[in-house]
Amino acid sequence: MFKKPFPHPQKSKLKSSAQRAIRQRIATEFPLLAPHLDFIIPKKSQLDVLKLPDRISLYSLDGQVLFFQHFDDQLIPHLRIVHQYPDCFPIIQTDRGATRFILKGAHLMCPGLTSAGAKMVDGLEKGAVVGVKGEGKENACLVGIMKMTSEEIARINDGVGVEACHYLGDHLWKYVGE
Amino acid sequence: MSADAPTESQAKSITYCGVCSFPPEYCEFGTSAAKCRDWLQKNHPELVAAVYNPGAIIVESSSYFPYHEHILISILFPPEAVEAAMSNLSVDAKEKAVKAEEAASKRAEKEAAKAEREAAKKASSRVILKRVERTKRKHVIVVSGLEAFGLDLKKVAKDFGKKFACGSSVTKNPSGGEEIVVQGDLSDDILEFIEENYSVVPVDNIDQVEDKKKKKSEAGPA
Ligand SMILES: [Zn+2]
Repeated sequence: MFKKPFPHPQKSKLKSSAQRAIRQRIATEFPLLAPHLDFIIPKKSQLDVLKLPDRISLYSLDGQVLFFQHFDDQLIPHLRIVHQYPDCFPIIQTDRGATRFILKGAHLMCPGLTSAGAKMVDGLEKGAVVGVKGEGKENACLVGIMKMTSEEIARINDGVGVEACHYLGDHLWKYVGE
Repeated sequence: MSADAPTESQAKSITYCGVCSFPPEYCEFGTSAAKCRDWLQKNHPELVAAVYNPGAIIVESSSYFPYHEHILISILFPPEAVEAAMSNLSVDAKEKAVKAEEAASKRAEKEAAKAEREAAKKASSRVILKRVERTKRKHVIVVSGLEAFGLDLKKVAKDFGKKFACGSSVTKNPSGGEEIVVQGDLSDDILEFIEENYSVVPVDNIDQVEDKKKKKSEAGPA
């Protein structure tokens, strides 16, 4: 999503009703994150929404992007959020060979998720938001969306398993708000 | 909120690399691995051991140029050390890792060379403040070459506008590049402003030039 540079986005304040709705959605989509929401988006804070081409919206607080979404799809956390609250998201592991490709923006192919160095989280649905970390690493380097269920990835073991949305070093990672 | 909600932030604090901005464990995949390591050594020495275990491939920048790559690897990374470092990786990954590491050292060499080239380019690139006549007594200043120093032209243009209370915008020039046009005869002031606010641009690299009067004056009687 952010492999290519994006133009400087138009920033506007989110209405308080819209901000409540976003909070609510985050709490529903990431129930484990709900107890921490008051620290991520304090009650009296003002979220900004940044509109990017291709209907991508970034939600940011004080210049720091917290979540983003395409059109009205799932809200996806910024990698920093995944780093801060690693226990609140399913984190799967790829083998070492795949890590380099992730950092170049490649989608995650099934074999990189089924080989000996990889670890899958069971029971993930298609469309679930996942963090991905490299073998031997502690932190996630990619936030993606499951293109198949965990079971299908193991069974079919071919094609794209996880769609890459945001990875270390992409233009969202490099983006500095104001 | 429910009763078990934490009363203070439980966010894990992460140290990010001051050079490439990644968590240090991912520096090896970046383009500045050698510099990253120096940074970590200087700023977070306690993390170095965890991030760079004995098999890690980052070579001291001062020592690795003179040697041939494979000799170097066997000198610096005796097989036992590499073995030990990789015992926590799966068997399948080991082979891949060894290959990747070889490729990585090659790449590191290339990156270092590239960084050097870029530094040289930076040192030699010029910023040009060109004074262009608009009407008889009005001038604009065209500032070109700032992008070579990694500055965001739009932001700089805005800063000029704010500082001098004048129109200032980024425009495309015929050769395809971008330059900043500042409305007003401000060449000296801009020079001073750049000197004070953008330390990345060495003053010696800034040239002030007068536009050779084009078309009209050339065509007209001298
Ligand atoms: Zn680094």
